[in-house]
Amino acid sequence: MKNKLETIINGVKFKNPIIAASGCYGFGREYNELYDISLLGGISSKGLTLEPRQGNKGIRIWETASGMMNSVGLQNPGVHRFIEEELPWMRKHDTVIIANLGGSLIEDYIEGINLLNKTEVDMIELNISCPNVKTGGMALGIKADIAFEAVKLCKQASEKPLMVKLSPNAENIIEMAQACEAAGADSLSLVNTFNAMAVDVRNKKAVFNNTYAGLSGAAIKPIALRMVHQVCKNVKIPVVGLGGIYTLEDILSFIMVGATAVQVGTANFNEPNILPTLIQQLEQYCEEEKLNHISDIQGII
Amino acid sequence: MEYYQSEIIFNQEIAPDIFLMEVTRNKEEIEPGQFFMLKTWRDELTLMRPISVYNVLPKQVQFMYRIAGKGTALLSNTKPGDAIQLLGPLGTGFPYKKVHGEIALLGGGIGIPPLFETAKKLKALNNNVTVYLGFKKELFAIDDFAGVADHLFIASEEGEEGYRGFITDLLKPEKFDAVFTCGPEIMMEKVWRMCKEKQVPVWLSMERRMACGIGACLGCNCDTIHGTVRACKDGPVFSGDVLVF
Repeated sequence: MKNKLETIINGVKFKNPIIAASGCYGFGREYNELYDISLLGGISSKGLTLEPRQGNKGIRIWETASGMMNSVGLQNPGVHRFIEEELPWMRKHDTVIIANLGGSLIEDYIEGINLLNKTEVDMIELNISCPNVKTGGMALGIKADIAFEAVKLCKQASEKPLMVKLSPNAENIIEMAQACEAAGADSLSLVNTFNAMAVDVRNKKAVFNNTYAGLSGAAIKPIALRMVHQVCKNVKIPVVGLGGIYTLEDILSFIMVGATAVQVGTANFNEPNILPTLIQQLEQYCEEEKLNHISDIQGII
Repeated sequence: MEYYQSEIIFNQEIAPDIFLMEVTRNKEEIEPGQFFMLKTWRDELTLMRPISVYNVLPKQVQFMYRIAGKGTALLSNTKPGDAIQLLGPLGTGFPYKKVHGEIALLGGGIGIPPLFETAKKLKALNNNVTVYLGFKKELFAIDDFAGVADHLFIASEEGEEGYRGFITDLLKPEKFDAVFTCGPEIMMEKVWRMCKEKQVPVWLSMERRMACGIGACLGCNCDTIHGTVRACKDGPVFSGDVLVF
């Protein structure tokens, strides 16, 4: 039954097309206390930067209607400590490990990739779309020509399959996707969070120290779905869909519009054991619909 | 830590907007100062809500909470027999086994609840427990604390009972071997400074907005001398020696 869900992206075999999204799942240690993370298709690590980061000050989390905003600011142990302390632990589990790499300077991206090349990570997910760092990430995610140059250099450096994570804040999501594909991206994941804002009316100030923060959760799903549909129609490389996925129906929607796999982030907070539940529901769906493989329904819309 | 469905035994308003809820629990040991992520909803809200443990019973656990927003308003509407999802117990609580002798517990407002289970545990280890409770107006939980504390001091900013003013006015840290505190950050900062001045060990329970509650999302940042740490996993209780205000 399991092989109905087995999915290959850029030569990497996932036991199912359900991946824990970066930033919501740490390195898997905490959720592994609730269930065996080897069940998962893959884990995209907490966003890494070359040097450790303490992240943003002030409020980092704000619930919104059908969603939430975050402004964590890439707090992470840095690539070196990831390789020394987190990766060996993750590697003990039978799941695909995707190192999510962000940064401010292109030199830092390249150095990070050079370090990850020598490790047992299966893929690198290039975060060119974090809204919560003041320089770098975001501009890279907005302008297609800037993204093209950056992805080209990263691809030249990378010995691992390179998945590029797109921002919904891109000026034109189709041009952005095509630019990344032309620059050599092996696959794409989209969407990251939407740039958003909240006001603390009582104290008459912005909630977040950085003013703007990233919106995720069910609220963004219809827009994310539209963008994944548009991108899938306009590139040939595999696309991993994400943005507000909570239910089996959500997963099926993303696959039907063309996604090869999906990532689930915010829903983990709503329902801590959601990933094993969704995997089981997807297996059951394949049985009930008598599919030979989940890809039978991929891109049918 | 476990994620499981439980049943509400009672949920009653004990003071304006303050509720005491009792729910069934599993066998996992709960330490004083720990908390659970709770929800009685699926789609209405995105996040579960972190609520500290008030009282641990053999087969139940009690939570005391204030209606502060949509989540706690939904919790307040639940009735005996309703289902509730529990994720926990979570976090690092008060180090009640590490301290001995004269112990002060100082709570303010909805920071009071985690001190009750803590007081019980400290008394079981034969410490002398002095409890300071500060309220805005209406008092709550007084009888429970009176039943366990050796000395009980009460202050109310606007109310009729007890000392009229801030509870920190009554604290004399030099009389104690350790101080545990939970409440508004401005109150805890005051306690922290008073204890530092008299070189009395102090532990503080920090409140933060949380998303995952288990240490994965890094949303509940606290500043310490060791850098940014997680209130949900590394805390919520921290030694005054490491916190930075």
